[in-house]
Amino acid sequence: MKPIESEKVQQVLDDFTNKNVYVHLETTNGAYASHFNEKAYNVGAYIRNANVVFNQAKLVGDGKVYRAGLKMEMGWIYAEGLTDWEMYEGTKLLLAGHDREGRLMVSLEISETPFNY
Amino acid sequence: MEKHVVVIYPHPDDESFGAAGSVSKFREQGVPVTYLCGTLGEMGRNMGSPAFANRESLPEIRKKELINACNVLDMDLKMLGYRDKTLEFEDRGEVAEHLKQILEEIQPSLVITHYPDHAVHPDHNALGAAAIEAVRLMDSEKRPVVWTQAISNNYLEVLGKPDIINDITDYFEKKMEAIFCHASQAAGVLGQFKQADKLESEVQEEIKRRFSTEHFYTWNFEE
Repeated sequence: MKPIESEKVQQVLDDFTNKNVYVHLETTNGAYASHFNEKAYNVGAYIRNANVVFNQAKLVGDGKVYRAGLKMEMGWIYAEGLTDWEMYEGTKLLLAGHDREGRLMVSLEISETPFNY
Repeated sequence: MEKHVVVIYPHPDDESFGAAGSVSKFREQGVPVTYLCGTLGEMGRNMGSPAFANRESLPEIRKKELINACNVLDMDLKMLGYRDKTLEFEDRGEVAEHLKQILEEIQPSLVITHYPDHAVHPDHNALGAAAIEAVRLMDSEKRPVVWTQAISNNYLEVLGKPDIINDITDYFEKKMEAIFCHASQAAGVLGQFKQADKLESEVQEEIKRRFSTEHFYTWNFEE
């Protein structure tokens, strides 16, 4: 993946607007967080292949770290801490945030076809 | 001598970090070893260092790493097709039945798996429990011996000393070679040994000390 280029990503988000899309949304600090540090908490959540339509999408950030908000008819999809992006297989938008060791902390992915499961 | 050894862990790299030395020892004795790998570690957060994988490319990358590691360790591989992080939500009986069918086919004399509730990762605990259940469901005279591996921080206090302590000093290089096949994961996992106040050579010593033995508890099936 490469550092987020906000104008390009915003264009891709706009192209997904008002379409039936599949979303992967995830955050994690790993299954070993409290094993290696007893003061840490294991926290994580993911949803894969949520089938949604959003009518508005915006990427906001400081040039390095971004938030994304997808507005749906009933509700929102939100991700914070996004740093990198990639068009995977040409059609799937991958956004992710990595820590300084390169480990994934948050991920938001959008595709018109389902993600492999 | 063992007839056939089956290793049952959920993730590509569990076999290398957990049992590569013991596997190498068995292979040197000519004992066939088969790895039943539960998932492809699809939800891992290590993406290589520097990162070369992403959430979508990771499964195929880890599959190749797994195949390479099994080639290095010269053991057969069977991928079970479950999904990372979901094993504890599968029906325990169905997973046990799945494993039992494979074990009845292979007829191993020894099974290596995780110690349920003492293996930290929920997938480790769930697959370990299913593996033990699978063996329990077998005819008692056909049951293989089961070695279970605990990795929780307090397992020595709770479980006492493991009865199987394999000195694998002679196979340390082989174990590291297998671990480094998992290029997307190795640096991240080994990085846990790094501390700001430790020199690189001290980290190496710590890894060597930790990885020179492999510990297991023989599971007791007596009621």
